[in-house]
Amino acid sequence: MTLPDTLLTSFRTVVSYRLRSLLIILAMALGVAAVVMLTALGDGARNYVINQFSSIGTNLLVVLPGRAETSGSFLGAVLGQTPRDLTLKDAQLLERLPQIRRYAPLNVGAAELSAANRLREVTVLGSTEHLIPIRHMKLAQGSFLQQGSERSAQIVLGAKIAREFFPHTQAIGQRVRLGDNRFLVSGVLAAQGETMGFNTDEVVIIPIDHAQAMFNTTSLFRILVETKHHNDIEPAKQAMLAILKQAHDGEEDITIITQDAILDTFDRILHALTLAVAGIAAISLIVAGILIMNVMLVAVSQRTAEIGLLKAIGATSSDIRRLFFAEALWLSLTGAMFGFLFGQLGSQLIRWAYPQLPAWAPLWASIAGIAVAVITGIVASILPANQAARLDAVQALGKR
Amino acid sequence: MIKLQSITRTFHMGDQAVYALNDINLQIDSGEYVSIMGPSGSGKSTLLNIIGLLDQPNSGRYELDGKPVTDLTEIEQARIRREKIGFVFQSFHLVPRLTAAENIELPLILGGIPVEQRQARVQAALQAFELLQRAQHRPSELSGGQRQRVAIARATIMQPSVILADEPTGNLDHQIGAEVMVLLENLHHAGTTLIIVTHDRELGARAHRQIGMRDGRILTDQHS
Repeated sequence: MTLPDTLLTSFRTVVSYRLRSLLIILAMALGVAAVVMLTALGDGARNYVINQFSSIGTNLLVVLPGRAETSGSFLGAVLGQTPRDLTLKDAQLLERLPQIRRYAPLNVGAAELSAANRLREVTVLGSTEHLIPIRHMKLAQGSFLQQGSERSAQIVLGAKIAREFFPHTQAIGQRVRLGDNRFLVSGVLAAQGETMGFNTDEVVIIPIDHAQAMFNTTSLFRILVETKHHNDIEPAKQAMLAILKQAHDGEEDITIITQDAILDTFDRILHALTLAVAGIAAISLIVAGILIMNVMLVAVSQRTAEIGLLKAIGATSSDIRRLFFAEALWLSLTGAMFGFLFGQLGSQLIRWAYPQLPAWAPLWASIAGIAVAVITGIVASILPANQAARLDAVQALGKR
Repeated sequence: MIKLQSITRTFHMGDQAVYALNDINLQIDSGEYVSIMGPSGSGKSTLLNIIGLLDQPNSGRYELDGKPVTDLTEIEQARIRREKIGFVFQSFHLVPRLTAAENIELPLILGGIPVEQRQARVQAALQAFELLQRAQHRPSELSGGQRQRVAIARATIMQPSVILADEPTGNLDHQIGAEVMVLLENLHHAGTTLIIVTHDRELGARAHRQIGMRDGRILTDQHS
């Protein structure tokens, strides 16, 4: 029996047992679709987080006052209560490093903003002009405080703040009062929405000197540093640690977090999660495989007389075995293909329903899903196919 | 030519060995028309199955066309069944899913015959057995006589030298049975060896050589 004839004959068998075949194909398809859709969700979540991280800056290092111990958590690092402060002088030291493109010292506080008979509490960021590019923020209008003009009392408003205070008029050039000080609006941020739980639309940015004066402090909350290249991150981190240690009398009392390290951790966690859901979905493929085995076993006992006849008219045992193999192959392959289509369709629906979630099934998951389906189908048919091939022709013919 | 020497076939029922065939010696020449008769359990079907290579003897020697076949591999025996032997069964044994034409085509598919030749040969067989109108019908839509005609067409499509028929008219009424017998005897007239197993004396008497069996042994062997 030639291979095309084997495939064609078993295909006809699959078609002639319509309901039975449809149910198996459906079971297989659901399994594969589950693998494709769940990995699409998992990978979508992973990409979502990576996008969020990238949107707060690239090649980013964050300097925090206080030291995080290698084990356990050092509460001071989080709360900013440390014996030695991080100062503007420390930040300026970093400028000398060749790997560093730009840096932005940062102070954060809250104050009342009032203008045009309106009043509200806002989050105040004190920084320099570099904060905008480092944090990947964009100015909708105007400009940020230029270098050298840090001392001038200018303010940049978040998109929502600008809209609230100046719904009908141009915000730029307006005078506002922040706390006890008066500022001139020099720029408005472009609307960006929330990233990593921080909404840049509802902040105001003022020069770092004014912020420090307003909050009556000389210490910095953070220093944000952007390196020139991705490869510079690690050397820059070491160099910064050395410089700041020296500046702090040999005491290593600062912590540097690289965005890369955080990103890596999230990437690994979410990748593992994707694998886990893929594994869970794959279980349904195994179940579908067992279903195929069961159905094929039933088929062997149903078609016993037919198998005996095939042997009588000259089929070899391996012809019979191949016919059953091919039948299982058709069922699992068709199921896998439909499952892949359903899965892609489902992922498309997810992307359509949640546009911010890039729910694309990774290629490996689609390939693995289809491969596992086909392999389970074939493995599941080994036992029934062998049983059919071993049937005694005379006894088989005697069965009706 | 079929030559059986000291063929023995035993089955085990519990501890007891039952002789289905006990020291059978038989020679059937090419082109003979032989009937094998006997009560049920006499071993006549077992003899037919051994001649058709569906069953293996426990001991003895079987030569087909001058070549010993008992020690051939499973694949070689399948090949002989395909090319030299045609089976006709009492209950027709048609594949219910397949049409009449597809049932007739089965041995050609198993033989790896190319598609173009298959179509032509199936058409010729349908015509020879007056089944052209029924070619696309499934067995459930055919009468008993038509089913047996399909089975005979299938048994002869590979142009075998031996036709083995096990109670070919057992499921048919008298008139249809007679028509089927004419078809089989026509094959014999064309030169095919025809061996029919039956317990119908009238039917058995039509053969030129009648073999009577009982308890796994050949009792009578007469030419008429």
